[in-house]
Amino acid sequence: MSTITNSIFTPETAARFDHLVTLYPVKRSALVPMLLYAQDDIGYVSDAVVTEIAQRLDLLELDVRNVLSYYSMLRTKPAGKYNVQVCTNISCMLRGGYEILDHCKHKLGIGHKEVTADKLFSLEEVECIGACCWAPAMQVNYDFHDNLTPVKVDEILQTYREGKGKDVK
Amino acid sequence: MPTLVSHPDEVKVLSRRFGKGAADIDKYIELDGYKAVQKAIAEGPDKMASWIIDTMKASGLRGRGGAGFPTGMKWSFVPKVSEKPKYVLVNGDESEPGTCKDHVIFLEDPHAVIEGTMIAGLAIGSKMGFIYLRGEYRYLLKIMEKAVADAYARGFLGKNIFGSGIDFDIVTQSGAGAYEVGEESALMESLEGKRGVPRIKPPFPAVVGLYGGPTVINNAETIASAPHILLMGGEAYAKLGSERNGGTRLFGISGHVERPGVYELPMGYNLKKAIYDVAGGIKDGKKLKAVVPGGASCPVLLPEEIDVGLDFDQMGKAGTMLGSGGIVVLDETVSIVEFALRTIAFYQHESCGWCIPCREGTDWIKKTLTRVYNGGGSKKDVANVQYLAENMMGRTFCPLGDAAAMPTLGFVKKFRKEFEDYIEGHKAGTPIITVEQLVGAH
Repeated sequence: MSTITNSIFTPETAARFDHLVTLYPVKRSALVPMLLYAQDDIGYVSDAVVTEIAQRLDLLELDVRNVLSYYSMLRTKPAGKYNVQVCTNISCMLRGGYEILDHCKHKLGIGHKEVTADKLFSLEEVECIGACCWAPAMQVNYDFHDNLTPVKVDEILQTYREGKGKDVK
Repeated sequence: MPTLVSHPDEVKVLSRRFGKGAADIDKYIELDGYKAVQKAIAEGPDKMASWIIDTMKASGLRGRGGAGFPTGMKWSFVPKVSEKPKYVLVNGDESEPGTCKDHVIFLEDPHAVIEGTMIAGLAIGSKMGFIYLRGEYRYLLKIMEKAVADAYARGFLGKNIFGSGIDFDIVTQSGAGAYEVGEESALMESLEGKRGVPRIKPPFPAVVGLYGGPTVINNAETIASAPHILLMGGEAYAKLGSERNGGTRLFGISGHVERPGVYELPMGYNLKKAIYDVAGGIKDGKKLKAVVPGGASCPVLLPEEIDVGLDFDQMGKAGTMLGSGGIVVLDETVSIVEFALRTIAFYQHESCGWCIPCREGTDWIKKTLTRVYNGGGSKKDVANVQYLAENMMGRTFCPLGDAAAMPTLGFVKKFRKEFEDYIEGHKAGTPIITVEQLVGAH
C-alpha cells in the first residue's frame, strides 16, 4: 500500500494507517479503528477525512459514511479540546451520575453535545463506560475518572483547564 | 482507575495475578505465565487439540459473556478441515450496564487474554486471533497492544510458537462505541469494517464466521480462564463451582452497596451473601429494594428472591439470568419507574434498528415510560408496556430485543403497583400526553 500523497493527517497517523491496513486479511477491516484514530487526529470526522479514508481502503465515500453514522463515539462536528463524557447509566445513576452531569452542565455552562465558547470543553451524557464498580464515572477524552463527587469534578476540570490533564491517545 | 477489592470468600483463580504487575511480561512469566500454552504443545501435534478441548469440556466452563454456553463444546463445533482460514475472536466490547470485569482483566492480566487466545487457536487449528476492545477502553487497548508487542518480541507469537511448528498471530482492534457490537455476529461485521448489525443464524460462527471462515468467538473472561484451566486441570477447576457450572467467575457488584467492586467467587455462591457479606451490605444502612443480578438485561429480583446460587441454572430457575455477572443493587430510595425508564432508554439508544420489533419496541416503551415518568401517563400504559415487551421477545435476529424486553417485563410485573400508584399520584393537573405529542417529541 503506497502512502497517500498530501495526506491530511499528521505524518505519525498517516504512517500508522499505512501499517494498519496490512494487518488484516481484508483491508476494509481497518475502517472502524481508522475513523476513530482520524477523529483523534483531526478532532472530528470531516469530509476530507471521509475522502482520504475511502481512498486508503478503496471504498466508496458512501460506504465510509454508512459506517460512520453507526458508531456513537464518532462525530462529524468538532468537539471541545477536552470532551467530558459523563455516564448516567444504571450503576452510575444509583450513585449520583445525574448530579455529576448537572454539575458539569452548570460549571461548563453547556448542555449535552455542546461546546464551550473557548472550545476548551464539550459535554456529553454517555451510556455505560464500563466503570460500574467505581461509579459515578466519566471520561475526559479517553481518560477515566471515577468515584466522582462535585468537588472532585471541579478539581479534574481545573487540571485540564491548566493544561495539566492526562490525555490518553 | 479501578480500585482492587478483596474478600476472604473469594477463590482467586482468574484474578490471582491481579495487583501483582502481571501486565509486565516478565512478571507474567514468573507467575506461571505462558506455561499453559506450552503444556498444550507438549501433548504433541496429534493430541494437542483434543487434549485442550477435553480439558475445557471437563472444566465445565460456560461462556462468561452472558449466554453461558459450554466453552469446550463451542470449540469442538469448529470443523477440523476448512478451506477458509479459521479465526479466534475475543469479545472485549464489554458494554452491558453493570459490567466492568473485563476492564480489570485487560488492566491487570493482559497476557492471560493473549495466552487464552493462543490456546483457543491451537484447539481449533487457527493461525490468527483478534482481540476486540470497545472504543472507550483506549488505555486498556494500549496495555493490550504493548502486551502483544512484548509477546512478539519474545517470539511467543508469530512464526513457530514455542517450537510447535505452528504460526499464530494476534491483532488488537478498537471499536468506536456500540453496545450492539458485543453480539457475536455484529462484532464480526464490525471487524470486517461494517455497521455492527447482526447476522441471521444459522449458520453459526463455528462454521461461517469472520471473513466467512470458521470462527470461535468468546468473551474476554472466558478466554482468560483457559490458561488457568489447562494448568490446574479440568476436573479441579470444575470442582470449584456448582453442578454443571464449573469454576469461578468475576462478579461486579455495583450500585447501593458499601464495598462495590469486582470479586471472584465460585459459581453457585449465594447472591444474598455476595451482597451482604462480600460487598458489605446496603449502603448507609438502608433497606434493599431490588437487585438486577447479571447486567441491565436480567429481570429484577425482589429482596425475598435473592437467597439463590449464582450460576446459570439456579438463576434461570429463579426467573432471571446470571448474564455477565454484573450485580446492580437498588436501595429503598430508588424509583422503579425512573430505573425502568433509564434501562429502556439505554436499549433504545443502542438498538441498531435492523429488526423492527426491537427498533420500534424499545422506542415505544421509552416514549410510554417517559410520559409516565413525567406525569402524563394513562392507566393503560403499564399493560401497553408489557404488551410491547412481550411482542419483542424472540422476534429479532440478535438478543438485544430480548435484552430490552426481559428487564422491562420484570419491572412492570414485579412493581406493577408502584407504576400504577405513580401514574395516579402524578396525574393531578397533568393532562395525558397524546400519541401525537409523543411522536412529535421524538
